[in-house]
Amino acid sequence: MNLPDALTLSYRTVVSYRLRAVLILLAMALGVAAVVVLTALGDGARRFVVNQFASLGTNLIIVLPGRAETSGGFPGALTGQTPRDLTLDDAASIEGLRGVKRYAPLNVGASEISFGGRLREVNVLGSTADLIPIRHMRLAQGRFTAGGGPNPAEILLGATLARELFPAGDAMGQRVRLSDRRFRVAGVLAPQGESMGFNTDEIAIIPIDHAQSLFNTQTLFRILVEAQSRSAIEPVKASIRNTITLRHDGEEDITVITQDAVLSTFDRIFRALTFAVSGIAAISLAVAGILVMNVMLVAVSQRTAEIGLLKALGATRKDIKRLFLMETLWLALAGAAVGIALGYLGSLGLRLAYPQLPAYPPAWASLAAIATAFLTGMVASLLPASRAARLNPVLALSRR
Amino acid sequence: MITLSELSRIFTMGDQEVRALNRVNLQIDQGEYLSVMGPSGSGKSTLLNIIGLLDQPSSGTYLLENRDVTALSEAEQAKVRRERIGFIFQAFHLVPRLTAAENIELPLILEGLPPAERQARVAAALEQTDLVERAHHRPAELSGGQRQRVAIARATILKPAVLLADEPTGNLDHKTGAEVVELLEKLHHEGTTVIVVTHDRELGARAHRRIQMRDGEIVEDTSPKSQERRFAPSST
Ligand SMILES: Nc1ncnc2c1ncn2[C@@H]1O[C@H](COP(=O)(O)OP(=O)(O)O)[C@@H](O)[C@H]1O
Ligand SMILES: [Mg+2]
Repeated sequence: MNLPDALTLSYRTVVSYRLRAVLILLAMALGVAAVVVLTALGDGARRFVVNQFASLGTNLIIVLPGRAETSGGFPGALTGQTPRDLTLDDAASIEGLRGVKRYAPLNVGASEISFGGRLREVNVLGSTADLIPIRHMRLAQGRFTAGGGPNPAEILLGATLARELFPAGDAMGQRVRLSDRRFRVAGVLAPQGESMGFNTDEIAIIPIDHAQSLFNTQTLFRILVEAQSRSAIEPVKASIRNTITLRHDGEEDITVITQDAVLSTFDRIFRALTFAVSGIAAISLAVAGILVMNVMLVAVSQRTAEIGLLKALGATRKDIKRLFLMETLWLALAGAAVGIALGYLGSLGLRLAYPQLPAYPPAWASLAAIATAFLTGMVASLLPASRAARLNPVLALSRR
Repeated sequence: MITLSELSRIFTMGDQEVRALNRVNLQIDQGEYLSVMGPSGSGKSTLLNIIGLLDQPSSGTYLLENRDVTALSEAEQAKVRRERIGFIFQAFHLVPRLTAAENIELPLILEGLPPAERQARVAAALEQTDLVERAHHRPAELSGGQRQRVAIARATILKPAVLLADEPTGNLDHKTGAEVVELLEKLHHEGTTVIVVTHDRELGARAHRRIQMRDGEIVEDTSPKSQERRFAPSST
């Protein structure tokens, strides 16, 4: 018997036993859909968290003043010391360290920004030009050249802020007023949206020296450092700690945290969770497999006479086995197709219900679900099919 | 064409042995028309099943067209069944979800013939068995006589050397049974060897050669060509 004929014949059989077909198809489809939706959920959660972290920067090391006690609590709270200030000079000492790609000192404060008659509250970051690449921000217009020394009074506007102050889009080169100082608009940030509760579209960025004088402080809020590679993170962390400790008379009064450590931990946890969850979903496919096996065994015993007949007509064992395997193949195919459709629909539902969550089924999950459905179908029908193939034709035919 | 020598078939049921065939010797030539009669349980079906390679003898030899077919592999036996042997059953055994034409097509599909050739052959077979109008009906919509004609068309579509019919008229009334027998005889005239198991004396008598069985042995054979039996039946 030819393969196309076997496929046609088994297809005819499948569609003529409608209830059986619907039953198997549904069981397969639900199993596949469960795998797809749950992996989408798990992977969506992973991506959500990873995106949030990644948008803050890669290979990022953050230096903050004060020592975080392992027992938690406010830095310095247990020792009773006020943490020593972190200064621009401290930041500059990081520059030459091995493995450091770039760094940016950071000051943060709130101020009022105005242009023409428009006035609004704004969060202001004071930093140097390297803040932009470190924090993965992009400029839609202009440029930002602030360095560690004295800088011209220039300002970068967040996308929303720029739109609000300059509805006509003519922000570049204009002079805005920040508190009582005037800054020339040197650039506008590309829209980025919110990440980790921080919206870069709403901020303004000015050179660090102007920020310090605006907020009347010599103390840095943070130093952001980007290591050259992931493997450089740990050495850089250690050398920063050493360098600044040395500068602070041997007192280790800073905290150095890395984004990547947190990030990769989350990444690993969520990957494991996704696998676990899809594994659990795959159990429903195994259950479907058991159902398929039972239904196929029933089908074989119902069609005993027919199998005997096929043998009398000259069908080989292989022919008969193939016919039964192909029946499940069709059902697995249809079940997988319906299941994938249901799964994508379910994932879409998830995304609509939780727009924050990128619950897209990963391609591997869909492929794995299809493969599992096929494998389940094949394995489950192996026993029924070989039972059919081994039937004694005389007994099969004499049974009415 | 068919040579059975010292052929036995023993069924064991628990510790009981049933000799369905007991040292049967039988020679059938190409183109013979032969009827097998005898009481129920005398081994007629078993004889037919072994000739048709649906069953294996416990001992003895079976030559089909000078070949020891019992020694062939499962797949080779299936090929012999497909190409050299046609089966007709009392219960018709049509596939209920397939139309008459599709039932007739089954052996051609198993043989792996291309669709175009299949269509032509099926059309010819429908013509020959007077089923053209019923071609696209399912078995449930056919009369008993029509069903058996479909079964005959299916059994002969690959032009087998031998046609084995196990009580082909058992489920039919006398008139349709006679029609079926006429069809079998037509095939016989075209050169097919026909072996019919029947309870119907009248139908059995129409065969050119008549065999009587009892307790797994051939107790009467009208053919002068029949080989001498070394073990005479206990009662004649
Ligand atoms: N599969 C089997 N298992 C056990 N005994 C069987 C089997 N098939 C046939 N027999 C026995 O073999 C004998 C011959 O059976 P069978 O050839 O069907 O007779 P007939 O067709 O002449 O009525 C009977 O006694 C029957 O019970
Ligand atoms: Mg019988």
